[in-house]
Amino acid sequence: MQEGRVLPAREINRDLLRSILTTPNWYWVTVAIMAIIVLGAMSAAGMMINKGMGLTGLNRPVMWGFFIVNFVFWIGISHAGVMLSAILRLSKAEWRRPATRAAEVLTVFSLMTAVMMPLIHTGRPWRLVYWVYTLPFVPYDFARGIWPNVRSPLVWDPSAIFTYLTSSILFVMVALIPDMAVLRDRTTGIRHQAYALMAMGWQGTPRQWKLQIIAGILLSALILPVFVSVHSIVSWDFGMAVSVKSWHSTIFAPYLVVGAVHSGVSAVVFVMILLRWIYGWENYIRHEHIDALGRLLIVVATGWFYFFVMEVIFGFYGREADEIAVRNFQFTQPPWNLWFIFFTGLTYFLPVSLWLFKWTRRNLWIMSIACISVNIGMWLERFLIIVPGLAQKQMFTFDWYTYAPSAVEITIIGGTFAMVTLLMLLFSKVLPLIPLYDIKEGDILKTEIKIGRATVPATFRED
Amino acid sequence: MAKRPILGLFEDANYAAEAGDALQQADVSQDDYDFLTDAPYPEGAFGEREERHHLYWFPFVGALVGLTAGILMTSMTQLAYPLVQGGKPILSLPPMAVITYESTMLSAIIFTIIGIIFESRLPRPKMGLYDTRITEGYIGVLVNVEEEQLPKVSALLTQAGAVDVVQENPEPVTA
Repeated sequence: MQEGRVLPAREINRDLLRSILTTPNWYWVTVAIMAIIVLGAMSAAGMMINKGMGLTGLNRPVMWGFFIVNFVFWIGISHAGVMLSAILRLSKAEWRRPATRAAEVLTVFSLMTAVMMPLIHTGRPWRLVYWVYTLPFVPYDFARGIWPNVRSPLVWDPSAIFTYLTSSILFVMVALIPDMAVLRDRTTGIRHQAYALMAMGWQGTPRQWKLQIIAGILLSALILPVFVSVHSIVSWDFGMAVSVKSWHSTIFAPYLVVGAVHSGVSAVVFVMILLRWIYGWENYIRHEHIDALGRLLIVVATGWFYFFVMEVIFGFYGREADEIAVRNFQFTQPPWNLWFIFFTGLTYFLPVSLWLFKWTRRNLWIMSIACISVNIGMWLERFLIIVPGLAQKQMFTFDWYTYAPSAVEITIIGGTFAMVTLLMLLFSKVLPLIPLYDIKEGDILKTEIKIGRATVPATFRED
Repeated sequence: MAKRPILGLFEDANYAAEAGDALQQADVSQDDYDFLTDAPYPEGAFGEREERHHLYWFPFVGALVGLTAGILMTSMTQLAYPLVQGGKPILSLPPMAVITYESTMLSAIIFTIIGIIFESRLPRPKMGLYDTRITEGYIGVLVNVEEEQLPKVSALLTQAGAVDVVQENPEPVTA
């Protein structure tokens, strides 16, 4: 796990701050394209809010469609960051160093995107204030003294997401302080003043470093339970819905949590490959890192597959008519059965078979394909959980309905992908996506030891 | 008389550690000198004393504040509009636990962040003597001594292997 050479601090600064201190030609072109797509999506959302929800494909009984599918998807992606960063920090995995920041930032931006989805889905987003119960003691309806119903999962959900988003932003900001100091020392004018303000007078004393290291571990330990709670509560949005029987599986929460990790870690791997390619960070995001993440993904994917199989088996084992009807829908009726085959193939069989070999894990093209495949599959998974269940929730067949998304919904969904890309690009222009001090610390602790006639790369580690 | 700062810059961690030893031998108190680096070195790498802190109290206090706020918020809002649903109790514990859990964790994390900043002695309105070469990998040994001791400490730092010793800020750095 020590394939890279030790780099001088000056070279690390130059390489990792290149995205901030220089602007390649492609940068603004890509930003402009992404911004146009986001504006298109915002226009579509504006039109839908103005004209009404009739512009979507939603209709009774399928009142949750692409927006909610996309909400669950982005919540899932957001689970990569903190899970990856926190678990690798706590276990002191040496290969975490280039991956943590990008993962944490992806968490923040995908959470922000996820939060927008239910707001758009309501059709009346100005009624957001009904959900902002966290404002202390502001009643739901001032005239009647009505408060948000804390017994509803739709109140638990914003509380969990608010906690996770706030924690993730603070986690990223604290870890950025030493890197702000590097930027403070490398910039002039207003940028220097801005970075100096954000660095808060950081000097890099042993006390400050000690607290920074403890902060990473302590915050990881505190955020991990929040991360588990968020997707559990998202699963309860479904599980607590009395009328949809196929959402009542007892393993729904862990099933969705593991699925979120699966899609999220795959997304982080793809983002890392992209960063390596566009910023030329071959010395930092190395094949060994992608290889290690590939091996981790086999475990995560297989864990997810276990829950998936159990969920299906428990569904059949109970022999409840509604559950069997939904499974029948998913397994035997086109086009749902075709989507189901695509989903299992893209989420598990294709990527895991690609991750089984060292040479494929070290081939960045193959890894990119595998990671994109997982995310298409996981998006389909959420679609196949939500829509078939709702389509057949009514007792009578004449109330059954198959949902088809409208152009407005597809445009808005496309816009969310552009938005996350845009936010990542803008972040990379202002702050480093690889933590400089973490890379430098890795190099300080790196050494070579001789065992017999072999010289082996090694790393010192503090307890 | 007010103490004045002097900063020695070292390329090698061993030389910086030796400078620390030399300062101790010259009866400079450990309170009066510090090591400035651009990356975390293993604790004690420069022979510095162990730093004591109270960071671990912050999440505990935060968790208690969040727990109390969560219980109060969920119970008071339900009691404010006591609508019985399905014969279930007004104060329903499972949903209260969910929201209280989130408020506890959120408060614990916010207090931890406050603790990290407070215990790191941040923000520092004035940077004092500093050199931007520190974030290029140089190790700074920052010493605060009486003015008449400055030449002696400067010589001591140079003798220990400092590549440069600065007394005035070469580039004004805003905190």
